[in-house]
Amino acid sequence: MTTNTFPALSLVPKADGPQSAKDFKSDQEVRWCPGCGDYAILSAVQSFLPDLGVARENIVFVSGIGCSSRFPYYLDTFGLHSIHGRAPAIATGLASSRPDLSVWVITGDGDALSIGGNHLIHALRRNVNLKILLFNNRIYGLTKGQYSPTSEQGKITKSTPEGSLDYSFNPVSLALGAEATFVARTIDSDRKHLTEVLTAAAAHEGTALIEIYQNCNIFNDGAWEPLKDSDTRDDTMMRLVHGQPIRFGKDMQFGVTRAVEGHIKVVEVSSVGEEAILRHDAHAKDPGLAFALSRLANPRTLQNTPIGVFRDVERPSYDRLLREQVASVTEKKGKGDLQSLLNGNDTWNVS
Amino acid sequence: MAKQVVKLSKVVIRFAGDSGDGMQLTGDRFTSETAGLGNDLSTLPDFPAEIRAPAGTLPGVSAFQLHFADHDIMTPGDAPNVLVAMNPAALKANLKDLPRGADLIVNTDEFTKRNLEKVGYSSNPIEDDSLDAYNVHAVALTSMTVEALKGFAVSKKDAERAKNMYALGLLCWLYNRPSQGTLDFLRSKFASKPDIMNANIAAYEAGWSFGETTEAFSVQYEIAPATMPAGLYRNITGNPALSLGLIAASELSGLPLFLGSYPITPASDILHELSKHKNFGVMTFQAEDEIAGIGAALGAAYGGALAVTTTSGPGVALKSEAIGLAVSLELPLLIVDVQRGGPSTGLPTKTEQSDLLQAMFGRNGEAPVAIVAPQSPSDCFFAAIEAARIAVEYRTPVFILSDGYLANGSEPWLVPDASTLPTFEPNFATGPNHTAADGTEEFWPYLRDPETLARPWAIPGTKGLEHRIGGIEKADGIGTISYDPDNHDKMVRLRQAKIDAIARTIPDIKVDDPSGEAGVLILGWGSTFGPIGAACRLVRTAGANVAQAHIRHLNPFPSNLAEILRGYDKVIVPEMNLGQLALLLRAKYLVDIISYNQVRGMPFKSDELAGVITDVLESL
Ligand SMILES: Cc1ncc(C[n+]2csc(CCOP(=O)(O)OP(=O)(O)O)c2C)c(N)n1
Ligand code: SF4
Ligand SMILES: [Mg+2]
Repeated sequence: MTTNTFPALSLVPKADGPQSAKDFKSDQEVRWCPGCGDYAILSAVQSFLPDLGVARENIVFVSGIGCSSRFPYYLDTFGLHSIHGRAPAIATGLASSRPDLSVWVITGDGDALSIGGNHLIHALRRNVNLKILLFNNRIYGLTKGQYSPTSEQGKITKSTPEGSLDYSFNPVSLALGAEATFVARTIDSDRKHLTEVLTAAAAHEGTALIEIYQNCNIFNDGAWEPLKDSDTRDDTMMRLVHGQPIRFGKDMQFGVTRAVEGHIKVVEVSSVGEEAILRHDAHAKDPGLAFALSRLANPRTLQNTPIGVFRDVERPSYDRLLREQVASVTEKKGKGDLQSLLNGNDTWNVS
Repeated sequence: MAKQVVKLSKVVIRFAGDSGDGMQLTGDRFTSETAGLGNDLSTLPDFPAEIRAPAGTLPGVSAFQLHFADHDIMTPGDAPNVLVAMNPAALKANLKDLPRGADLIVNTDEFTKRNLEKVGYSSNPIEDDSLDAYNVHAVALTSMTVEALKGFAVSKKDAERAKNMYALGLLCWLYNRPSQGTLDFLRSKFASKPDIMNANIAAYEAGWSFGETTEAFSVQYEIAPATMPAGLYRNITGNPALSLGLIAASELSGLPLFLGSYPITPASDILHELSKHKNFGVMTFQAEDEIAGIGAALGAAYGGALAVTTTSGPGVALKSEAIGLAVSLELPLLIVDVQRGGPSTGLPTKTEQSDLLQAMFGRNGEAPVAIVAPQSPSDCFFAAIEAARIAVEYRTPVFILSDGYLANGSEPWLVPDASTLPTFEPNFATGPNHTAADGTEEFWPYLRDPETLARPWAIPGTKGLEHRIGGIEKADGIGTISYDPDNHDKMVRLRQAKIDAIARTIPDIKVDDPSGEAGVLILGWGSTFGPIGAACRLVRTAGANVAQAHIRHLNPFPSNLAEILRGYDKVIVPEMNLGQLALLLRAKYLVDIISYNQVRGMPFKSDELAGVITDVLESL
């Protein structure tokens, strides 16, 4: 078995030869609504997968239930379309028992954060070798438009004609609070950024959560528009780049600084000077600043929304620790012998 | 003074005390010495769900019953011949089960005014005449233990805690049990606390000497070894036996064992046991909940592991949707349900057989699964192997329905020769299995084996077999998403036919009727095997005829079951539920069943079942 260029995929067999996006397209007709943001993500993933350089048969996509979770059917890899919310649990068993696989989870905001919230947080804290793509359209698409845990409070939907009452989750904040080692956010329509984030996630050992802002043009059209419209996006959204000052705006006029009270805030760079602008450190051990960054955005207007890799730190993955434990016990006790196990240590003979 | 030695053929002892008194340990040690002597035996631990209910109260009473004999026995015994009561609560809770004339050993130190009042005794039963029907041995166990441990470097509290070892020593003297195993056990258990170790050993020895010297016990008993088939034996309870069966199945199939589980009484010990055996390549995953436990197991099954999830009834309820997914994916998966009293939290530490219909039907849609039920603690080993065989050969979820009685009850086990256990093959798919119209070779994930109707198990990492499966209905053969009405009808029937086809590989059910003339059949499943068998013996000893049969495969049923049911005038089905097997039998075979039910959290008593049989015989 040869290895490839992604250290986190060192146990996954390498592809025989060069692969193209076409190799990753399945023969199934794609059935999302025309104009759905899922198309762009699919196309970006199909183009990105050859970059991994691993054998196609060693890639597995596991999904839950939702429009987004149909994703695996359209990729010519191994695919498992499971049940609502449970994909991280299923993928945990697969990834833990098969280090030679590159395992990806596809989930939606309802799938991951409502019914599957428990599995998501536990996968993150365990750091199983999984890459989780969370398609966030702030709505339940497949069930035709009820509000979701990421919908803004007051959202008018079929199930909330007078406006939703509950406050929304911020998936990045949630993941950081759940001890995630890799947390990023990207946008369906920004193929280049999406691909960069996927690449960084693939290089990470352990669980990676990638929140993808996705447009559902049928039930929640324009949910992310301020981040996409060329007139507004530059002044609304900041791109986090490791080691770079956190600045944004049409003229890079805004930046993130630390206030005297200790919290961080967005300011005009000119008002504080360039030295006062924070540099992004995705590898910081302490998740405090990453968390603070995740809180900057206004959930309603989306003003000050960061995208990019919030956090990318090293911690041994669960599956590696599991394998190491099995190996060390085996070394200590010797490989198990069934007959002596059956005998136990307290036997007697009847003649 | 040499004491009189009386030979007995069997004894039932019940140790009862407070949850903190170490009765389970005392029972286990006595069992171990008894097993080593070659007696046949059967045990029944009975403990509360609370870890430590308030000391001295009725809810805090923990008991351990052991039946041992010089012949083969099938149950832990209906009623004790000897009750060891460590306090008034233990006496009060257990006295009703004690037949007149039985021996009663009471720890007088605990019969204080306060303790007596706690359980509602207005006068001390040891001193009034309320125990006249019994052969009472009033022994000051606590104070004699403390006295014996004078000079040992232990606190008074630790000295008092050793009273269970004093009691054990006394009982071991009384029934002539060897001491070596217990002394070795204490040495290893307290290896890091030598003072406690010495105190416990001394307490045990003091108890033994007390028996030998006191006049309170005038006879010593001897129970000769039972004649059992020759070979190497060990004592085993159901949960470890099931765990060993799973490891054996992993070796026999060459598949790595993966357990995804969430702790729940009385199943947790399987998780504990399997996590000790990593040197067999066993992977154990303690999940965040039952759904994740089965989810992870299913993921591992998809990846080519022998995957198991272990739980009890409430956990099965949570796993239902994932079991349905496994039915749809047609992947091998073992679901171990160690049944306990329900509904809801029910009786966590008590036994019941009330999950049969849940296992059978507890899912949305037509979602058939195979079901196997062990019939005794050691049979859990073989049931696990058989369930794994079915799961792997038929690519299906299989339930193993154990219960609390099997899980914690023990019996001697003739250790099998590992080399004689049956192997079975995963037969993973390795290449294309279909040629398209244009001649290209393809892989169809739902193309079935004509014999078993099983689909290929094509694990990730196999070149050329990339395919997508999921819970949405799949087209027969090609396996792509299909909403076609005829296809769905066909797939529903195929999934059922596949489970039905398992019957071809199931041995015929055997009827035990020594007379060959019985008109009444008593038919059971699961852990009632012992009590039913013992009841049949009682009936036959009394000169009547009765036939016994026991169902191990509950879905599908063995092929000859219909014929057997037709062969008797009356069929009695005793169950620890309200008639779940009876319902299935009536529905499937249109037979009249006499359903006898008890849901008391305890196994049937054999004399009670014998009475049921006798009543039916007399009504004929
Ligand atoms: C157990 C269960 N409950 C409910 C549903 C119905 N259901 C299907 S998808 C869905 C929500 C999907 O929302 P999301 O995860 O945001 O995915 P999207 O369709 O927006 O991509 C629900 C409630 C289901 N399939 N299974
Ligand atoms: S409903 Fe929305 S999310 Fe679903 S496919 Fe249509 S556009 Fe996409
Ligand atoms: Mg959604």
